[in-house]
Amino acid sequence: MARMVTTRNKVISTAAAWLVGFLIFFPILWMVLASFKTELEAFAIPPSFLFFHWTTENYVTVQERSDYLHHALNSIIIAGGSTLIAMLIAIPAAWSMAFSPTKRTKDVLLWMLSTKMMPPVGVLVPIYLIYRTFGLLDTRSGLIFILCLGNLPIVIWMLFTYFKEIPKDILEAARMDGATIGRELIYVLTPMAVPGLASTLLLNLILAWNEAFWTLNLSTLEAAPLTVFIASYSSPEGLFWAKLSAASTLAIAPILVLGWFSQRQLVRGLTFGAVK
Amino acid sequence: MATQQTQLLARTLLTPAVALLFIWMIVPLALTIYFATLHYNLLDPGSESFVGLENFRYFLTDPAFLASLQNTLVLVGSVLAITIILGVPLALLLDQQVVGLSIVRLMVIAPFFVMPTVSALVWKNLLMHPVSGLFAWIAQLFGLPAIDWFNDAPLFSVILIISWQWLPFATLILLTALQSLDEEQKEAAEMDGASAISTFIYITLPHLARPITVVILIETIFLLTVFAEIFVTTGGGPGLQTTNIAFLIYSQALIQYDVGSASAGGLVAVVLANIVAFFLVRIVGRNLEA
Repeated sequence: MARMVTTRNKVISTAAAWLVGFLIFFPILWMVLASFKTELEAFAIPPSFLFFHWTTENYVTVQERSDYLHHALNSIIIAGGSTLIAMLIAIPAAWSMAFSPTKRTKDVLLWMLSTKMMPPVGVLVPIYLIYRTFGLLDTRSGLIFILCLGNLPIVIWMLFTYFKEIPKDILEAARMDGATIGRELIYVLTPMAVPGLASTLLLNLILAWNEAFWTLNLSTLEAAPLTVFIASYSSPEGLFWAKLSAASTLAIAPILVLGWFSQRQLVRGLTFGAVK
Repeated sequence: MATQQTQLLARTLLTPAVALLFIWMIVPLALTIYFATLHYNLLDPGSESFVGLENFRYFLTDPAFLASLQNTLVLVGSVLAITIILGVPLALLLDQQVVGLSIVRLMVIAPFFVMPTVSALVWKNLLMHPVSGLFAWIAQLFGLPAIDWFNDAPLFSVILIISWQWLPFATLILLTALQSLDEEQKEAAEMDGASAISTFIYITLPHLARPITVVILIETIFLLTVFAEIFVTTGGGPGLQTTNIAFLIYSQALIQYDVGSASAGGLVAVVLANIVAFFLVRIVGRNLEA
C-alpha cells in the first residue's frame, strides 16, 4: 500500500517537474527552432513547430552581413581577459586572508563585498568621462578593466571560501618536512585548490560574458561584444527574427554549456557563501 | 620571526586587491559627488559652475524621478514576489523523487545563463509580438483578442521577462537549502501524524526563511539597476512607463549629456542600493563567524 502511494507520487511529481521544466525552457527552445526557419516561416501564423523547411542559411547570413565572428572574438577576449586578470589579483589576496587571517580579515572581506553593492549606474558618469578623456571608449582594454574590477569582489569571495576548506594541518605537516613556501604552494596547495579555482573561473566567465551594463554603455562597434551585437537587433532589423534567433543561439550556446557544469558553484558564488 | 615574515608576506599579497578596490570605490564616487554639485552639460562645454545642491533639487523634484522611482519599486517588488511565490513550490517539486531530475534541473536553470539582451529580444519578438508572436497565436486559439504587450502593459511585460530570468536563481538557492534540511526531522513529524501541510508550515518554511531573505536581498541589488532589458525592448517608454532609476540616469547622462543632474541621480541610486546592502552584509557577516 505504502509502496503504491510512493510510486504514484513519483509518477505525479515526475510529470509535473517535466512539464514545468519544459515550460521554463520553452522560450530558449523556440528561439533555437526559429533560427533554423526561413524568415517567412519564423513569422508565420499559425507557427510551425517541427515540420518546416529546416535551413542553416541564417547562420551563414549572420556572419556575412554583420561580422558575427568579430563580436564573438571580442566577447571571448573581454570575458576571458577580465576573468584571468581578476584571478591573478584575487588568488594572492584570498590566499593570504584564508591562511594568515588577522583581526581585520573579516572586515576587509565585508568591505570588499560592499564594493559590489555599488550600483554601476551610480558611477556611470565619471567612468564615461574618464574613458572619454583617455580614449578608452569602445576599446577592449577599457571593457576588460571595468569588468575585472566589477567581478573582483566575487572572485575573491569565492576563492576565499574554497581556500578556507583546505585543512591547515597539511600545510604544517609540509612545513615540518622542510618544504619551502614555494614548494608548499606548488606541490601541496595547488592540487587541492584546483577544483575551487576552476569553478571560480567558470562562474566569472559566465558573469563577464553576459554583462550588459558597461558593455552597452562603453562600446559601440569596434570592441562591442555579443551583448551589444544582439542589442543592435532591437532596431528595425529586429524584424529579421530568424537571423536574430541564429545570432542569439550562437551567443548563448557556449555559456549555456559552461553554466550547466557550474550550477552548484553558482549558488555559492552569488550568495557569498550565505547559502551552502 | 617566521610569523612576522609570514604576516608581511600575507599583507603584501593582499595589498594589490585592496588598493584596486579602494580606488575603484573612492575615485568614481568622489567624482560623482563633485559633478553633482556642478552645472555641467557636455553639449555646453566651458559653462561649468558650482551650483551647490541645485542638481539634487532638480533631480528629486523632476516628475520623471517620482515616476521612475515608482517603476523601480513596482518592478523590484513584482519580480521578487513572482520569483519567490513560484520558486518555493518549484524547489519543493524538484526536491521530490523525479525521474530524470538532472535534465529537468538543467532546463529550469537555463534562463539564468541567457544574456539579458537575448532574453529581452526573444521574448519581445518571438513570444510577445501582437501579431506574429506565439502568445498572440495561443490567444487566437482560445478565441481571445491578442494583447499588444508592450503598448498595453509595458511595465508588466518587462517584469515578466525579468522574472523568467530570475526564477531559476531563486529556485536553485531554495533547492540547495531544502537539500540541507534534515530528513529525520520531517520523518519524525510524519510519524507524529503531522499532515503534509503542517510539516511544510512548521518545518520546511522556517528552514527556508534565511535562504528566502538572501534571495530577496541579492535579487534586489541586481534588480534595482535593471538596464539592458529596458534598453532593448522599450527604451523607457511609452512615455515614462518603463523608465526606472537606472534608465533615467542613463538617459540624462548619455542622451541629454546633463552630467550634473545625472550625477545627482547616481548618488540617489547609490543611497537606495546601500540601504539594501546594509542588511545583506550583516547577514553574510553573521554567517562568516559560524
